[in-house]
Amino acid sequence: MAAVAASAGWLLRLRAAGADGPWRRLCGAGLPRGFLQSASAYGAAAQRRQVAHFTFQPDPEPVEYGQTQKMNLFQAVTSALDNSLAKDPTAGKDRVFNTPLCEQGIVGFGIGIAVTGATAIAEIQFADYIFPAFDQIVNEAAKYRYRSGDLFNCGSLTIRSPWGCVGHGALYHSQSPEAFFAHCPGIKVVVPRSPFQAKGLLLSCIEDKNPCIFFEPKILYRAAVEQVPVEPYNIPLSQAEVIREGSDVTLVAWGTQVHVIREVAAMAQEKLGVSCEVIDLRTILPWDVDTVCKSVIKTGRLLVSHEAPLTGGFASEISSTVQEECFLNLEAPISRVCGYDTPFPHIFEPFYIPDKWKCYDALRKMINY
Amino acid sequence: MRKMLAAVSRVLSGVAQKPASRVLVASRHFANDATFEIKKCDLHRLEEGPPVTTVLTREDGLKYYRMMQTVRRMELKADQLYKQKIIRGFCHLCDGQTLLPMQEACCVGLEAGINPTDHLITAYRAHGFTFTRGLSVREILAELTGRRGGCAKGKGGSMHMYAKNFYGGNGIVGAQVPLGAGIALACKYNGKDEVCLTLYGDGAANQGQIFEAYNMAALWKLPCIFICENNRYGMGTSVERAAASTDYYKRGDFIPGLRVDGMDILCVREATKFAAAYCRSGKGPILMELQTYRYHGHSMSDPGVSYRTREEIQEVRSKSDPIMLLKDRMVNSNLASVEELKEIDVEVRKEIEDAAQFATADPEPPLEELGYHIYCNDPPFEVRGANQWIKFKSIS
Repeated sequence: MAAVAASAGWLLRLRAAGADGPWRRLCGAGLPRGFLQSASAYGAAAQRRQVAHFTFQPDPEPVEYGQTQKMNLFQAVTSALDNSLAKDPTAGKDRVFNTPLCEQGIVGFGIGIAVTGATAIAEIQFADYIFPAFDQIVNEAAKYRYRSGDLFNCGSLTIRSPWGCVGHGALYHSQSPEAFFAHCPGIKVVVPRSPFQAKGLLLSCIEDKNPCIFFEPKILYRAAVEQVPVEPYNIPLSQAEVIREGSDVTLVAWGTQVHVIREVAAMAQEKLGVSCEVIDLRTILPWDVDTVCKSVIKTGRLLVSHEAPLTGGFASEISSTVQEECFLNLEAPISRVCGYDTPFPHIFEPFYIPDKWKCYDALRKMINY
Repeated sequence: MRKMLAAVSRVLSGVAQKPASRVLVASRHFANDATFEIKKCDLHRLEEGPPVTTVLTREDGLKYYRMMQTVRRMELKADQLYKQKIIRGFCHLCDGQTLLPMQEACCVGLEAGINPTDHLITAYRAHGFTFTRGLSVREILAELTGRRGGCAKGKGGSMHMYAKNFYGGNGIVGAQVPLGAGIALACKYNGKDEVCLTLYGDGAANQGQIFEAYNMAALWKLPCIFICENNRYGMGTSVERAAASTDYYKRGDFIPGLRVDGMDILCVREATKFAAAYCRSGKGPILMELQTYRYHGHSMSDPGVSYRTREEIQEVRSKSDPIMLLKDRMVNSNLASVEELKEIDVEVRKEIEDAAQFATADPEPPLEELGYHIYCNDPPFEVRGANQWIKFKSIS
């Protein structure tokens, strides 16, 4: 276990070596999906299912943070962790280690380390496995500061976990549990959309004085490649980013889904002449109400999209708050394009995920309301 | 032309060809059974363990050989189909252990030690157990490819296969152990003298819920056999780096335990019979550690060589391969001939090929089934879809 006396302790569970796999994602424009081909065309069907439902769109190279390097998402995360470890001169290899297989234990230990003031970064192998640790996060981590009247806190705890659909994950390697944690005051929940965002947001989470959960979209680990600054930098939490200005519809998403709605915005401009404002929420809890509401006041229409199931998903919170704040500005009911209310399916995944066609369809119906 | 050549060669060579050798086999005198010595099991809180000698009949031997060979071939086929991207998702193979060979001795040996009315639950390396619990290779491969002929109608995939008295097939590590204890409670309650085999791996052995299950099972004397399949690596972490005590059979503390050589099918069988008898006599739960190995990596995305050396894998493969062990035993004690076993190999191969053909040709489940079986509901209700205009019917 990490030495507690040190100023920066680490709890890192290294992923299984060589978690490569034969999945090579072809980032292509989606072929129209929506019908099953006959089984005799299984070759074609297998081909089709390898096409990702999104196309990663890199942001322009950042200039204000110094030298940049081409990195994919997991390299960016590693870079952030390296930067963080480098801040502690006493830190060496012994600060990064594997734990036995016990999520509740991992998070519990992390909370314990953080309470004494050392920095702990715990990894939960897949977000689907975070549930044994749910009690520790919700009942211990989130409430520590509150119940001790600010005498103690576990603010130096960060939990990072691969998140979201991956094309072949089925029930237990594809879940997006941000909505469960959004219901818990006391923690922060962050989801990046790209390597540049990931590094900055992760460093902010580590430095933030509150326990943070950092969900990394696993499908982007290799698919997203961008120029990322080598030096550490911060991206502020609880600030949404408007990545495309528009005047007719506001589209809100986070993680992988941002790239889907970006494509939808381009499609809408081209085919319908509709100008969309695209917002990446970035921090789920506490979320940036002002940016979203300001945008809705401007456009009058809102579409929120996420992979998690519709009922009780975070889109419902956004929808509810926006209608409270901007009721008279709304031209159409707020549209939520989300996953179905079923467990994340194995074979039906291409139909389950809210791809760009479903979003486009919802957008069209909203425009014509 | 070829037929003529074959006939000519047969005449000329004079060596007994296949049809002739079959006659030879039938007339050759095989022993009916043979006695083998098996390794003594390490014991924890037990005065005596399973016997050190066992009798293997010819019939049983052939049956086990066929089952093990089927499981191995099936897993290798699954491996092949995965690489061809016909199977997608996460594929944990048991040869050696669960997804791919090596752990065949575990599934076949365990099945040999219990009755079909007993219950079994395991983690995600379930293909072998699904077969030994009675499902056909076709249904298993079709489930892997996600077709409607699959045992879970294509909705479960690799990790979620179920059969009668076989409760899966569970993705979350360690979660199946309290379930197994619950099944054992039901067995005790129903009073039909059944036991429940609850399997988990060396990685899962460090989960908190396992110890909760131990406590409850021992407290209420449930007929539960906890079985730890120790393949020495929890995904990529070796047992020394993960567990404070690698004597997994002692981890039950107040629960008696035994350590079994998981590569020897006869050892596994005897130990299972012993454990089942212990549970059926009402003495409470018992723990078995099966020492086994997996050739392949943890799953299809793991090459399996970054945390161990190839020499190690090769060594285990050449020395302790369960199929090879059984084959040697049977041939050396005149229970079967090499040709006979080869014949079984050929038949098994054909069966697997047919099953693979079925699995690739079968249609996928219809889209309507996306919403089925969420709840048990009567009448059917509607599942909300991706937006407010898409709805699916949920029937159960």
